[in-house]
Amino acid sequence: MLRYIFRRLLGAIPTLFLIVTTAFFLIRIAPGGPFDAERALEPSVLANLNAYFHLDKPLYQQYFLYLWNLLQGDMGPSFFRRDFSVQELLAAGLPASITLGTLALLTAIVFGSILGCIAALRQNSWIDYTVVATATFGITVPNFVVAPLLALVFGVWLNLLPAGGWNGGAPANLVMPVIALALPQVAVIARMIRGAMIEALRSDHVRTARAYGLPTRMIVVTHSLRAAALPAVSYLGPAAAGLLTGSIVIEQIFGLPGIGREFVNAALSRDYTLVMGTVIVIAVFVLIFNLIVDILYAALDPRVRYE
Amino acid sequence: MTETILDLKDITVSFDTPDGTVEAVRGVNMQVHQGETVAIVGESGSGKSQAMMAAMGLLADNGTATGSAMYRGTELIGLPLARINKIRGAKITMIFQEPMTSLDPLYTIGQQICEPLQVHGKLSRARAKARALELLELVQIPNAAERVKAYPHELSGGQRQRVMIAMALANDPDLLIADEPTTALDVTIQADILGLLADLQKRLGMSILFITHDLGIVDAFADRVYVMRHGQVVEEGPTDQIFNAPSEDYTKLLLAAEPEGEKAPVPDTAPEVLTADDVVVTFGSGGGFLGGKRREVKAVKHVSLSLHKGQTLGIVGESGSGKSTLGRAILQLLPATGRVVFSGHDISGLTPHQMRAYRRDLQMVFQDPYGSLSPRMTVGEIITEGLLVHEPGISGKERDQRAMDALRAVDLDPNVRRRFPHEFSGGQRQRIAIARAVILRPTVMVLDEPTSALDRSVQKQIIALLRDIQQELDLSYIFISHDLSVVRAMSDTVMVMKDGDVVEQGPTQTIFDNPRSDYTRHLMRAAFDLKSVLREHIELTG
Repeated sequence: MLRYIFRRLLGAIPTLFLIVTTAFFLIRIAPGGPFDAERALEPSVLANLNAYFHLDKPLYQQYFLYLWNLLQGDMGPSFFRRDFSVQELLAAGLPASITLGTLALLTAIVFGSILGCIAALRQNSWIDYTVVATATFGITVPNFVVAPLLALVFGVWLNLLPAGGWNGGAPANLVMPVIALALPQVAVIARMIRGAMIEALRSDHVRTARAYGLPTRMIVVTHSLRAAALPAVSYLGPAAAGLLTGSIVIEQIFGLPGIGREFVNAALSRDYTLVMGTVIVIAVFVLIFNLIVDILYAALDPRVRYE
Repeated sequence: MTETILDLKDITVSFDTPDGTVEAVRGVNMQVHQGETVAIVGESGSGKSQAMMAAMGLLADNGTATGSAMYRGTELIGLPLARINKIRGAKITMIFQEPMTSLDPLYTIGQQICEPLQVHGKLSRARAKARALELLELVQIPNAAERVKAYPHELSGGQRQRVMIAMALANDPDLLIADEPTTALDVTIQADILGLLADLQKRLGMSILFITHDLGIVDAFADRVYVMRHGQVVEEGPTDQIFNAPSEDYTKLLLAAEPEGEKAPVPDTAPEVLTADDVVVTFGSGGGFLGGKRREVKAVKHVSLSLHKGQTLGIVGESGSGKSTLGRAILQLLPATGRVVFSGHDISGLTPHQMRAYRRDLQMVFQDPYGSLSPRMTVGEIITEGLLVHEPGISGKERDQRAMDALRAVDLDPNVRRRFPHEFSGGQRQRIAIARAVILRPTVMVLDEPTSALDRSVQKQIIALLRDIQQELDLSYIFISHDLSVVRAMSDTVMVMKDGDVVEQGPTQTIFDNPRSDYTRHLMRAAFDLKSVLREHIELTG
């Protein structure tokens, strides 16, 4: 197993290299540059800026320079917020995004599994229909609708929770962003678990468990839920990476200092280095979570073996 | 009279389906006495399993049972879950047909045997483990101390069924219900499992209720028989009486359902249509981009054969013997080495495109009549699809005429052309699959277990049909089956395979009457003389 993990990590290097390369050239293809503004800069100032950030060199030289610096752990200075390096900006944004994402992920797993299970066990009852309808609602209504509604109702009208702001990550400030971020995931997981549970409950080995007089709790938890969790686990890898690397919508609406917001702002202002920095962070998260999913999969299903 | 353990009175089972209520069991009465082996025999859809599922409270959610099922004075029908759970798995236990899926793939067999021990016997984990080990030894799992930690997928089908038996015996049951426990197994494994059951029954004294479609097993195994059809018991009695003096027509029909007759021999002058020389098929796994050792398995090892016009070559073997792989390799459906010559043309190693010219002459019929017909095409579309490829020039009207002829050739009403596969029974579907091959007027047909998914009585008809078509169209068959009696009724020559090798090969009569190899003899006895094999087994261990 350790050998497998080592091989996978080794295999991640070329993948990351490919992502870095593609992202580097893609953002350069996009029209406009980091120093374009409504009022054009003095040509001499622009030339100075370009020289300072090496933008006057040929593109391939810039690319190798970037790779060289990256290998030494330097992602360069932000082009737009020039007092900060990319590392500093990421270090400032990641804690908020990761806190928010982890809480949303846990909420999604716990509530999604519980709702999915209940719906499957009471298939075609009003409980089932309610869960399915709610899940469909959760998937279809975008969070830029849910989030302001939450803020309006609980923050402004009822004045129960702060309508926005980070406040050092105070629990009260986290409640609404977490709910808004988790809601679509709860819905997806509930639907997946429900479907997989219904199938598991009909399987031959569950019939065996029933024929052997095992209590319902064992039939559901031991013999059905573990099997039913498998498809949800595969889904959760990329989903977790997505949640932890921030959501522009939630961060913008609730005014939170996460990296989701940084990423979009950086892309819009052609802040080349910051875009590259966030792309690398997201790629690393995706690769790590996919590895975790594969390890978890092998832990859950003994038929899956890596060597 | 010994004590009655299970007493079913007027059991009915009905299912609510989108097409209305389906009555699967209609008023069944049955008794099982202490220490007795009772068989319920019937073809698919006779309700033989559902009657027992009803008694055990295991019907699907849309099923309803009425009537009475008394277990030692306790009414099982309608018993609350908590109370029936004290009986299920402790006093009455079950084993099922599919050893592949009846065990949970995610837990070791040890864990699964322990569960009922801990739940019913209130055994501690450590004592349950010790008992699980004992049980595995009792059902003769070799190297039990190690196998107890194995997962179901690491065991063979026969071993998995032994594990199920171990689970069934865990709490010293009064009654063991075995629902087609050996149907998915090879004949030699079947004989072993039945021998084990008979032996254990003798030692432990429980009653066995055996649900099966196979009369050979009933004759060898049961004291008393209930024959079921369309949800009702049509005849019951001691096994000898049912076999020697059946009173009902249906029972007589079942008893006579063994495939009979033999194939008319072809003249020696018949030309050779297909030869295969030194065919080898190797399957490999592993050795991907990220390393790992490549493993290779030879599924077919240096097999040669020849087939004459109008002849049938039967290929017999147990699962994993390579018989189906050989069939596919000959048709160039998977990569193989060796030389295959069809009507003078070397077709080995041709690309799929080059093979297309020969495909209409070389047709194949598969085992599963449910999976091999596209559910979204009408029967007419299914059987004429090949014509569109191989004879694109003919008119729609002519195609329709050919479809009608093909359906008549397989004894189906030509008017079924516009209907869909799901409207047909298994036997009818297999006729459609045969029609699809026959419509192209092929020279050689490879038939891969074409009758294995069918009831005996239907099987008999399909075999007669295949022989008729062969005579009429002067076809050559390669007939692949694990079922010796079917092969005997179909073949001119027989080839016995084991682990990719040909064990023995020769004229049908010779192979069946004077088998030379021990393996073939073993196979024959397990298939045709189960009774004496079981008797021997009990004498050996008792």
